[in-house]
Amino acid sequence: MREIIIISGKGGTGKTSLTGAFAHLARNKVICDLDVDAPDLHLLLQPAKERSEEFYSGHEAQIDGEICDGCGLCATMCQFGAIWENGAGFAVDPVRCEGCKVCVAFCPVAAIRFPERHCGQWYISATRFGPLVHAQLFPGAENSGRLVMVLKQQARELAKARGAGLVLCDGAPGIGCPVISSLSGAHLAVAVTEPTPSGRHDLERVAGLCRHFQTALAVIINKYDLNPDETARIEVFCHDESYPVLARLPHDPRVTRAMVQGLVVTELPESDFSRELGHAWSRIEALAGLKG
Amino acid sequence: MIVAVASGKGGTGKTTVAASLATIWDGPVLGVDLDVEEPNLHLFLHPAIAGSEIAHMTVPTVDEAKCTYCGACSELCQFKAISVFNQVILTFPEMCHSCGGCMAICPEKAISPGQRELGEISWGRAGGVGFLAGRLRIGEAMSPPLMRRVKARLEQMLAAAGGDAIIDAPPGVSCPAVNAVMDSEVILLVTEPTPFGVYDFKLAWEAFTPLGKPMGAVINRAGLGNDAIYRFCQEKGLPILAEIPYDRAIAEAYSRGRIIADLSPGLKETFVTLRDKIRDLAKPSQPRAAAHA
Repeated sequence: MREIIIISGKGGTGKTSLTGAFAHLARNKVICDLDVDAPDLHLLLQPAKERSEEFYSGHEAQIDGEICDGCGLCATMCQFGAIWENGAGFAVDPVRCEGCKVCVAFCPVAAIRFPERHCGQWYISATRFGPLVHAQLFPGAENSGRLVMVLKQQARELAKARGAGLVLCDGAPGIGCPVISSLSGAHLAVAVTEPTPSGRHDLERVAGLCRHFQTALAVIINKYDLNPDETARIEVFCHDESYPVLARLPHDPRVTRAMVQGLVVTELPESDFSRELGHAWSRIEALAGLKG
Repeated sequence: MIVAVASGKGGTGKTTVAASLATIWDGPVLGVDLDVEEPNLHLFLHPAIAGSEIAHMTVPTVDEAKCTYCGACSELCQFKAISVFNQVILTFPEMCHSCGGCMAICPEKAISPGQRELGEISWGRAGGVGFLAGRLRIGEAMSPPLMRRVKARLEQMLAAAGGDAIIDAPPGVSCPAVNAVMDSEVILLVTEPTPFGVYDFKLAWEAFTPLGKPMGAVINRAGLGNDAIYRFCQEKGLPILAEIPYDRAIAEAYSRGRIIADLSPGLKETFVTLRDKIRDLAKPSQPRAAAHA
């Protein structure tokens, strides 16, 4: 079984639109949305949920005002500035609490509860392109990296059970915890970039991350015609670092048009864009070892 | 006043808006890049860097001569950053959140502070605009600790020189994004009127509303997509402070690192009006939660 993850560094370069199209083009796969923080792939795939599970991760401190004697030791020890005196007594700010348990362990009168934190939900759904494993982290919640691990595990088990040869994942922007989690076990990362100073800068950072974790990387330049000089600079970078450039896709209003209709761009009538994307997918299959 | 420019969906124009606002601001202002995973503000402001430092966080170092392998530290640690099995103690510094629990609980005082590198903080000036940014070390998973260091320096800089600050926040709606906006006085949500933009905008609105700060929307690429974003803003009473038209010429100028407010008198006016509306939104100054003062 192979695992491919679509990433970008910079947000808004077209990761999800391209992942949706690849989900259309790929055969016998499980699709997985690992951008658990701001997931959008479901807007293209219209999943019908078949299984829904709660995601609990970590804990959260809560002070029981009845027991608290107001000594303030917890507020002194908290490294996250999450505990304060609010006039009526001490309270925990759930936004700042990292669930470290220090206040719970040191409270001299055991006034601090430590319930599990309900951080989101995850789902297994049916879509017109095959099964989708996805999630929604509650807005403002933590532990996106752990939720990414849960989704990957579920997607792998599902692929095994259904004899699917591929797990195709949509990733998160950035280079932090959810992206690091999503790279673990991936056979190929495909970075979607755009010819802008931010696009190139962020591609270089996410490429550095892939190198750090020894994940093979290939690149797609989206909206290449926006700035041909910048496209050339990205190609030089990819050439120097030996990252295959899989496709140069034009800035094409079809992508948004498809999105508004809840479709992926390869479902619209054939265009240069969809043909180039088809070539890119063939090259991805070859690079990921999906052929043969 | 601290203004945070956030978005939910990435690539909607946070940095474009932050850079333009900083450029047209009337009075001393700092442009602050808190998108430490992928900092881009410098690519538009082109600051002359005056100084920088490597930021670290405290992680445990164990003196095995003193350790009795009692396991109190590993029992307390919620992040699997320190483990004791039999007569072996191991630390996993990359998992550590720097809560200090292991050091405080060790009965033998065998654990002392070590360091993990988080990344770099740099500062400088771009013409009349002050500049401050964090840049996460590649391979570091947690951005909030570095963001807290950048915010601490921001507080010092504002205390020393006064003025306002415009924060370029990371995309998303989870802990890094919340960390970036939670100490601001006003939150700007930049979006585009596409289905992805609207969906993530709603998530951002849900994530930031509990913070109780004045919020306003900036609609970038207006004319693209559909009108769902306008309906949502109306329904929630969220003011739309500015609209930037969908225009390939703007996208091309952005791709050359241009500041959008410099492109035309009309666009400059858009940002001047946005600035004034931000000021209006900030007053009457919302009573800050006592906790966060």
